[in-house]
Amino acid sequence: MTQKYRLDKEGYINRKKSISFKFNGKKYFGYHGDTLASALLANGIHLVGRSFKYHRPRGFIGSKEDEPNAKVQLYNGAKTEPNAVATEVELVEGLVAKSQNCWPSVSFDFGAINNFLSKFFPAGFYYKTFMWPKSFWHKIYEPIIRKAAGLGVAPLKPDPDRYEHKFEHCDVLVVGSGPSGLGSALAAAKNGARVILAEDKSKFGGSLLTDQVTIGNKTGKEWADETVEQLKSMPNVVIKNRSQVFGYYDHNMMVMFERTKDHIESPNKYTPRQKLWYIRAKEVLVSTGSIERPLIFGNNDRPGILLASAAKEYIKKYGVLVGKKPVIFTNNDSAYDAAIEFKKNGINPLVVDIRKNSEGTAVKEAKDLGVNIKFSHAVANTKGYLRVSSATVGKLNNDKSGYENLENIPCDCICVSGNWTPTVHLASQSGNKLKFDEIISAFIPNQSHQNETTIGSANGSFTLKKSLEDGFNKGFEVSNKLTKKNIKSDPPTSNEKSYDNYEKFWCMPLPENKKYKRCVDFQNDVYVSDIELAIREGFRSIEHVKRYTTLGMATDQGKTSNLNGLQLVSNIENKIVPEVGHTTFRPPYTPVTIGTIVGREVGKHYRPTRKSPMHSWHEKNNAVFVDAGLWLRPRYYKQGNETLQQAAKREGANVRKNVGICDVTSLGKIDIKGPDSAEFLNRVYTNAWMKLPVGKARYGVMLREDGIVFDDGTTTRISENHFHMTTTTAQAVNVLAHLEYYLQVVWPELDVNVLSTTEQWAGAAVAGPKSRELLKKLFPETDVSNEGFPFMGFKEENLFGIPARVFRISFSGELAYEINVESNHGIFMWEKIMNLGKSMGIQPYGTEALSTLRIEMGHVAGSEIDGRTIPSDLSLEGMLSKKKDFVGKRSLNREAFLNPNREKIVGVIPVDKKTMIPEGSHLVKDKNAALPNPKLGHISASCWSVEYNNPFSLAILKEGKKRIGEKLYALSPLKNKSIEVEVVSSHYVDPKGERVRS
Amino acid sequence: MLLINCPYCGERDQSEFTNGGEAHVARPKDPDQVNDREWSEYVFVRANPKGIYYERWVHTHGCKKWFNAIRDTSTDEILKIYKIGETPPLIKRFKNTLRSPSGEPDVGSGNFTVKKP
Repeated sequence: MTQKYRLDKEGYINRKKSISFKFNGKKYFGYHGDTLASALLANGIHLVGRSFKYHRPRGFIGSKEDEPNAKVQLYNGAKTEPNAVATEVELVEGLVAKSQNCWPSVSFDFGAINNFLSKFFPAGFYYKTFMWPKSFWHKIYEPIIRKAAGLGVAPLKPDPDRYEHKFEHCDVLVVGSGPSGLGSALAAAKNGARVILAEDKSKFGGSLLTDQVTIGNKTGKEWADETVEQLKSMPNVVIKNRSQVFGYYDHNMMVMFERTKDHIESPNKYTPRQKLWYIRAKEVLVSTGSIERPLIFGNNDRPGILLASAAKEYIKKYGVLVGKKPVIFTNNDSAYDAAIEFKKNGINPLVVDIRKNSEGTAVKEAKDLGVNIKFSHAVANTKGYLRVSSATVGKLNNDKSGYENLENIPCDCICVSGNWTPTVHLASQSGNKLKFDEIISAFIPNQSHQNETTIGSANGSFTLKKSLEDGFNKGFEVSNKLTKKNIKSDPPTSNEKSYDNYEKFWCMPLPENKKYKRCVDFQNDVYVSDIELAIREGFRSIEHVKRYTTLGMATDQGKTSNLNGLQLVSNIENKIVPEVGHTTFRPPYTPVTIGTIVGREVGKHYRPTRKSPMHSWHEKNNAVFVDAGLWLRPRYYKQGNETLQQAAKREGANVRKNVGICDVTSLGKIDIKGPDSAEFLNRVYTNAWMKLPVGKARYGVMLREDGIVFDDGTTTRISENHFHMTTTTAQAVNVLAHLEYYLQVVWPELDVNVLSTTEQWAGAAVAGPKSRELLKKLFPETDVSNEGFPFMGFKEENLFGIPARVFRISFSGELAYEINVESNHGIFMWEKIMNLGKSMGIQPYGTEALSTLRIEMGHVAGSEIDGRTIPSDLSLEGMLSKKKDFVGKRSLNREAFLNPNREKIVGVIPVDKKTMIPEGSHLVKDKNAALPNPKLGHISASCWSVEYNNPFSLAILKEGKKRIGEKLYALSPLKNKSIEVEVVSSHYVDPKGERVRS
Repeated sequence: MLLINCPYCGERDQSEFTNGGEAHVARPKDPDQVNDREWSEYVFVRANPKGIYYERWVHTHGCKKWFNAIRDTSTDEILKIYKIGETPPLIKRFKNTLRSPSGEPDVGSGNFTVKKP
């Protein structure tokens, strides 16, 4: 129960609400308001993980999103989440977390042997070692490296949580709720702008929550709370905590995730875990603050060594001491705030300051409180394996190249400060080319390229006065561009400590003859020696140094390490930092869980499902469905224990013998109207359309402009200037887009309108020798004789009171009709046909039987119109008009398309008349030829012929027509089959097409 | 994630639109009269500049209307939108600022450098 490092006062936690949680299998307690990090520190736990490469023990460094080390695995099973940042995880009852990248435990890690072998694993080790043989990479090297240097473990089960997406628009988006953020939001809101204020922490206020400042006559925290209340009461303001704006995209598209569930103890069932906000902001104010940089010295990565600002934050926000014997190591004044907080809570810190002196008020206050300060001193090295136990402190010599004397000072934590780095990520993502500020030795935003304005310490102004001024002024300025109301609010007066200059010295020299490891990038285990090595090996561009050493490439994206790395490169190369440049800042600013990005588009919500009006009938009649694009179509109607093949055979045979009915609703239907409709069809189809009589349908082929066959279907002339076009199911959307393009862009002079009517009509194909008999029953008043209703005829009819369109067209190759009625009468039509057809032995047939029927007839479909074939390849050259231009015609005149040896569609049957030929098999002359075996063609579609009761396939074969009668082999290495086949005509059944005309 | 001002519907998210490639590539009036090279240029060859570019867009998930835009491909800034059939503005009228969101240099790619003063 004891939280040995918890103070009795301080912090925004509820000491009355104790919370239990588990870390590495052991139970601990914290308080409501804690993060996992602050609760662990309250229990005296610094050791939370092992470093990526050398498995060195690691502890907390920061207190917020900059934390590089404390990556933990949360929970178990489907809910497990890898790489959670302990400083960002709010404590809830029953939280379970464990350390990553260690085995068997974080305190005894077998992989730590890498640390002792580290001279064998320098930068670029993987590139140099695991080069050959190539075949070893996938099976041997990669799995070993993954195991040894892994992060967390991804869950193997589907995510049980819900995630949602939200779209929002606003005038001004303010990112971050520190003094400048709150000030600008207030100023913009008062000026009438629609404002969204986003804060990634649970509490608003940023630095005001921890700094000893006054605004007006209030403390910083009081002013922040009051301002937040004021903003919440304004109807034009949306104010969100736990919301991280992580990406700045084109045209001021901002993307943010909001944590909506994990912090709630017993959430409602349908509470989403996170929400992803897409915010289109007219103006963006970036007030993201700044991140403290660590200092670099020997063994600076031991648990217990952390940022001074983090130490202060743990005291002020959580009432937690990070240690009771602190050493504070700094090159600037801000770390003295931490010293003062320690002192006030009864702890005596030792401050080690590399500067000769400082005149800042913070330093004066520390001196007055009796804090022990060693100026001109530095920490050279540290000791302690699982927790820092002492600091080796020495006086720096004059040129700071070494130490005059070294002493060992026992301690249980070292709080370091190497000055502050503005958080410029969002500004940089927006296209702002950063500039280097010599005074603070960091990059700050320069020229905005979108409607982005960076304010406060993110813009390099580290005083409260400047941040408030910046906030109020810019908040007014950007809002006034939009509202023009001229309501200006003045910044309040403020009082804060003064800070003296910092000293640009951050990388401590090694004591003589010592080779201590000095860490630059904590998460990716990059040390000073690695960067030196990279430069010795000739890497010059900072982007190359980054990739070779992996500096700044971890999940923390180098928030604490990038600038130190850059300064190091510039020092070694004797260049100025702006000359070295910086690596690219890319979204996301902090890791985003994949579930949030995916949102509700999972499972069946991934894409819409389209169902025909007769879907419920199919379901009731044991249809097994298949995806056809977005459509669900019956593949076959199962009877008893039938297999797919047996059912398709039965259904197909019934069409050939009696009559079948097939749902063809999914076929694309396009209504074409206007005085130039015939001329338009004449241009998009390859054949002639001007003379098609009213009441007649015609088969048409469409090409792409490059000559490749695009789609086929029948189009019917309903009246002089009105056509009904059908397309394949797959291409329906594309054909409409194709027609729109040519009408609007290429031939705007044509007076034609096109409209999709696919979903307006329910369609049924009635096919088989007995279909005429059935039609007679359906339309008793109509002359359905071959003369009265010939092949390719069309009639507008009345189906027992329902208007119907009847077409005499056929895909199955049998005598067939297609009946269309308005969608809401689909079931009526279907059931009527089934009832009246009962005496003729009618059976429904699915897409499998449909395919069988068309394949053995040699009708082409999507497997032949595959985006590679031209009309002559498919024996459709008869469809090409010579008398007119059409889309794609000119392309057919090119050399390769005129080659007489091109592939042609043929039929193929296995010589044994038993073996089905797998689709996709290659046709070759000699099955035993050396690889690669010269390919003559491929099998495009296979079926079991119902007519001949043996397998039959369509193939696209080189010089196909000349090879009829030849024996070849169909090879399918995938199915390990080689089948002797005979080439036959593609029109296997009824080659003269007599049945459709009968 | 561009914001595109459809001339018929107003500002909409890019996800509603489809890009149709370079604009003002005219289909030859009499395709039989052009040689293979000219025809292939019409069918296949498009300018792909880093900079200002005429292009077509269609409001696929909206009014389905095609229109033209002038866009700076290096900044994704849309400088002008006009309907099919309107006279295209001259590209010269727009200043080519050649900057890119990731902070790349004016020419080439990689991190930018500043010469030592």
